[in-house]
Amino acid sequence: MKIHEYQAKAILAGYGVPVPRGEVVYTPEDAETAARKFDNGVIVKAQIHAGGRGKGGGVKLAKDAQEAFAVAKKMLGMKLVTHQTGPEGRTVHRVLLEEALPIEREMYLGIVLDRARGKPVFMACAEGGVDIEEVAARRPGSILKEPIEPGFGLAPFQARKLAFGMGIPAASVGAAVKAMIALAKAYEGVDASLAEINPFILTTDGRVFALDAKINLDDNALYRHKDLLELRDLNEEDPLEVDASRFGLNYIKLDGNVGCMVNGAGLAMATMDIIQYAGGRPANFLDVGGGASAEQIQNAFRILISDKNVKAVLINIFGGILRCDVLATGVVAAARELQISVPIVVRMEGTNVEEGRRILRESGLNFTVADGMKDAAEKVVRLAQ
Amino acid sequence: MSILIDETTRVIVQGFTGREATFHSEQCLAYGTKIVGGVVPGKGGTTHLNLPVFNTVQEAVSATGANASVIFVPPAFAADAIMEAADAGLALVVAITEGIPALDMVKVWQFLKERPTRLIGPNCPGIISPGKCKIGIMPGHIHKPGRVGVVSRSGTLTYEAVDQLTRLGIGQSTCIGIGGDPIIGTNFIDAIRLFNEDPDTAAIVMIGEIGGTAEEDAAAFVRDNVRKPVIGFVAGQTAPPGRRMGHAGAIISGGSGKAEDKIRAMREAGITVCLSPAEIGERVKEKL
Repeated sequence: MKIHEYQAKAILAGYGVPVPRGEVVYTPEDAETAARKFDNGVIVKAQIHAGGRGKGGGVKLAKDAQEAFAVAKKMLGMKLVTHQTGPEGRTVHRVLLEEALPIEREMYLGIVLDRARGKPVFMACAEGGVDIEEVAARRPGSILKEPIEPGFGLAPFQARKLAFGMGIPAASVGAAVKAMIALAKAYEGVDASLAEINPFILTTDGRVFALDAKINLDDNALYRHKDLLELRDLNEEDPLEVDASRFGLNYIKLDGNVGCMVNGAGLAMATMDIIQYAGGRPANFLDVGGGASAEQIQNAFRILISDKNVKAVLINIFGGILRCDVLATGVVAAARELQISVPIVVRMEGTNVEEGRRILRESGLNFTVADGMKDAAEKVVRLAQ
Repeated sequence: MSILIDETTRVIVQGFTGREATFHSEQCLAYGTKIVGGVVPGKGGTTHLNLPVFNTVQEAVSATGANASVIFVPPAFAADAIMEAADAGLALVVAITEGIPALDMVKVWQFLKERPTRLIGPNCPGIISPGKCKIGIMPGHIHKPGRVGVVSRSGTLTYEAVDQLTRLGIGQSTCIGIGGDPIIGTNFIDAIRLFNEDPDTAAIVMIGEIGGTAEEDAAAFVRDNVRKPVIGFVAGQTAPPGRRMGHAGAIISGGSGKAEDKIRAMREAGITVCLSPAEIGERVKEKL
């Protein structure tokens, strides 16, 4: 799960990472009121779940309360386009107002899971405020790494190594070490899958701050962080994806015109791939899971075809746990209820396949039955044209 | 021959009396797997599917001589169940459970490092040596005994590949689903090394997907160590970056984990990579 910058900063502050004074607001009027609390102007930052906001006009300096009102008025409701939002952009619903700080240096701190070593790794770089992926590609040696031992966290000596390695002046190393250890505690404490401070700044008077912050939470661990569930912002998600998640379905909207419904994540990705290989473009990723019920499949189907770009649907099911008769019952019920007009190609293998095919055949509805993935992909791509 | 499991493997089921565990235990028993009992804390002394139920893995091992376990325990308790199985000295633990928090698996990983137990999974379909033993949720009937080793991060995509092989008359020595999570017990290199050392495995199929660098690491291993033909596929060539594609581990992030990078690394290592998932069987046939 992704959360906003201001939410990530609140979490980090709770663990002891210094963050700028700030306030999140939803209206220009509140922006004006909030801005009065700051003496040296405020930074107005659009809160969307995407990076690259500065270049897109989502971060502006306002020198007083009137200007904060004007900037917030322009920003709230605007479609912010960055390299991470896609061309359609994201509507800004909230802005963060923060004190302007005298920046001496911008650096980078981050924690990700190192899959090969089976533990989180803490990364630090003297160069920050820019795309860290570019830095990693250009000068891989400039990113310093320390493994985080499970149960021990980031040790003070590791943090010191990183701080001195980044060239932080001795007088500020203590503060930087404290911030780094706090970041590692936060990562573990909220079950993050990624935690990033970019830039991590040193001010002209020697203080350190998380000027920006990003935390992604491990969906699998949310059951033990009920409080963090409230941080989910449905405005940031595709409405169809939100709908799907309510039924335990894994749906991701793409921009092609061949809808697909598949059981299993790997097979769902492979189905998208073979649609492209056959000359078409997938409209979505949809994994109905291993043990989907007839009702769940009906919902999956409804969500799938409510994407208006979809010109044909491919159902590709290899029954392991999932029974083909259950699938067929759900598909027929949904097709009837939703009065589906787009062509549907069904490819089914596995448990109770004959019964499943019989249900489709005897439904009186227009299904094309395919033999194998290649045949299915070619048929559906032809029908979508 | 086969790797890791065969007709002598004695299996206990952790979370034995649950709905999924019951269904799949019945399927495994019907396939011929020697399931010798199960573990459900608090239900020790009862029987389920005519087999004894124990309170702890240790008791189950002492009473039945089991050397493998399969885990159907819910995600919040699954990491603990894996560690209990390792502590009881089982040689092989197969974790089917999907949805275990990544940081729980970080702890499990450290715990297993000091012990001889091999973990397969979590979030996987399990392992099967066709005709001998099936520990998992895969449909047994699509498999056929033979000489191709299959290793995959996926479940149903593995069934697809196996089905293609069987329809072409090509049997399998062992098929391992290593799981779709970021942290897993057995990785591609572990499985490929075992297949490489197995005299009765003549070719290896590896099915990867986006996320992480396990395919790139395996490609380097294949280049340096493997002379048997390796045929590969990478799912997610059309997946957008930054989105988790179903599996917790299937995400392109920070510029790493792209299908194109994996395919390039695999091809440079001499692996035959299919771009269409429908071609896996045919390519294996050509290479045998």
